Amino acid sequence: MKNLIKMSWMEAKLFLREPIGAFFTLVFPLMMLFLFGTIYGNEPTAYFNGYGTVDVSVPAYTAMIIATTGLMGLVITMATYREKGVLRRLRTTPVHPLTILCAQVIVFFLMTLLGMVLLIIAGKLVYNMRFEGNILSVLAGFVLSCLSFFALGFILSSLLSTARTAQVVGMVILYPMLFLSGAGFPRELLPETVKKISTFLPLTYVVNLLRGLWIGESWNLHWSEVAFLSIMLVAGVLISVKLFRWE
Amino acid sequence: MNTQVVIKVENLRKTYGATIAVEDVSFEVMEGEIFGMVGPNGAGKTTTIECLEGLRKPDKGRLSVLGLDPQQESRELRRRTGIQLQESNIPEKMKVWEALDLYASFYPKTTNWQELLSQLGLEEKRNDSFSKLSGGQKQRLFIALALLPDPELIFLDELTTGLDPQARHAIWDLIRLVRDKGKTVLLTTHFMEEAERLCDRVAILDHGCIVALDTPQALIRSLGTGERVIFNLYETLTPGFEKALGTVGRIDVQGERITVDGSPSGSDSLVSDVVSLLTREKVRFHDLRTEQPNLEDVFLSLTGRKIRE
Repeated sequence: MKNLIKMSWMEAKLFLREPIGAFFTLVFPLMMLFLFGTIYGNEPTAYFNGYGTVDVSVPAYTAMIIATTGLMGLVITMATYREKGVLRRLRTTPVHPLTILCAQVIVFFLMTLLGMVLLIIAGKLVYNMRFEGNILSVLAGFVLSCLSFFALGFILSSLLSTARTAQVVGMVILYPMLFLSGAGFPRELLPETVKKISTFLPLTYVVNLLRGLWIGESWNLHWSEVAFLSIMLVAGVLISVKLFRWE
Repeated sequence: MNTQVVIKVENLRKTYGATIAVEDVSFEVMEGEIFGMVGPNGAGKTTTIECLEGLRKPDKGRLSVLGLDPQQESRELRRRTGIQLQESNIPEKMKVWEALDLYASFYPKTTNWQELLSQLGLEEKRNDSFSKLSGGQKQRLFIALALLPDPELIFLDELTTGLDPQARHAIWDLIRLVRDKGKTVLLTTHFMEEAERLCDRVAILDHGCIVALDTPQALIRSLGTGERVIFNLYETLTPGFEKALGTVGRIDVQGERITVDGSPSGSDSLVSDVVSLLTREKVRFHDLRTEQPNLEDVFLSLTGRKIRE
């Protein structure tokens, strides 16, 4: 336990020293919020069922952060650690492999959470964001979404042997998904055909779940998202345990 | 001697596909000993050491390290050993003190790492990121990480590669100090001088087998009582003198530099044979010196001079 705390603290410091990761998790979503907030304001519109742009953007951008940390941050960190021999060096110590993996999960979870909190603070203070959900429900949906995407990230990092390919593959998967799932901009703007494609994307389920819980919709309306993400989480953990390599 | 066997290797074999990395290696390392493995590139040193560390699974053979099976009891083994790998890294942005602090948290008890830092000359670098360190500084940090848990047994793969002579000598002193505390050290090296000066016993590996194993002194003695005399001439060697010199020993001419290898005739030493010949023939010479054969000569005579890999 002591070394899990120590390792998580160390990894958190390393995360914040890496400007690109910290930028996309903490700063970029805020920039998006201020950009579209400035353009559209946060007046309720019929277009968003009586909510404003900022109201629907904060949960969507939260989904964006989850996808970015899961498919980029985590994948690149793990692939780099494997490629450079950082994992190999750790393997020569008595530290348990689960400690190493848990430290990554804890740090990326906390950084994602921090990203969301920053969005909420900015939304509240600057745009008077409406929040009608139950905080615990939103947190539960957030945790499920994070863990299922992190599991996906661990699978990718085991399949990709170098940091370079991890970065490229992560980007190729991430960017179209950000645009097509409604995370990068509201799905109301997407044409019907694209909406059909988006039902195949894992991130769509995160966006729908978080946006729904945000405005206080009941879990009953979102059982399909919960089922999809839970299956992804369980399968992801099983597969990544099977695929895990030290070097 | 009443010392315990710390490492016992019997008929170790390890292949990677069609490549035989270690063919058949057996040896024992005693408690409190500095045991060295030397050999050309690809001789199987690293594979052998990594099988003992439990990082690689042998195809065949019985291994016992501190009485443990490196595969089955790897966690217990890792608690009691310190390991420096030939190739590894810590995250680039991690600072020197952070690495030691983090790694210290993995072990039940550790040595004082501040002391280790000063012994390894890294005190001034304690707040530097890993990526800012020079190759030699990184190497010293890895040695510090290996010594950190105050282990009973220390594995050092390519101990002083990339280090300058000062650092190399400081690390030799440190390793001797560790040995004097009763610890056992198994190391691999490319530097014959290092093996000769630091190791109590040396195994010479070639093509996945041990071709010689003994104390450095005994290995050198096994070459015979040969001596070497080296001198420079002011003029080119005349055929007559070359012939006369040939009766004293085997000669090698590199321009004005002459090397004579041989055994002394009668009770005289080779050097007096050579000098008396030089005076008799009135040949002017300078910079004459003698050399005893060293471990490098043993190594080259056993493994040949062809460049590997």
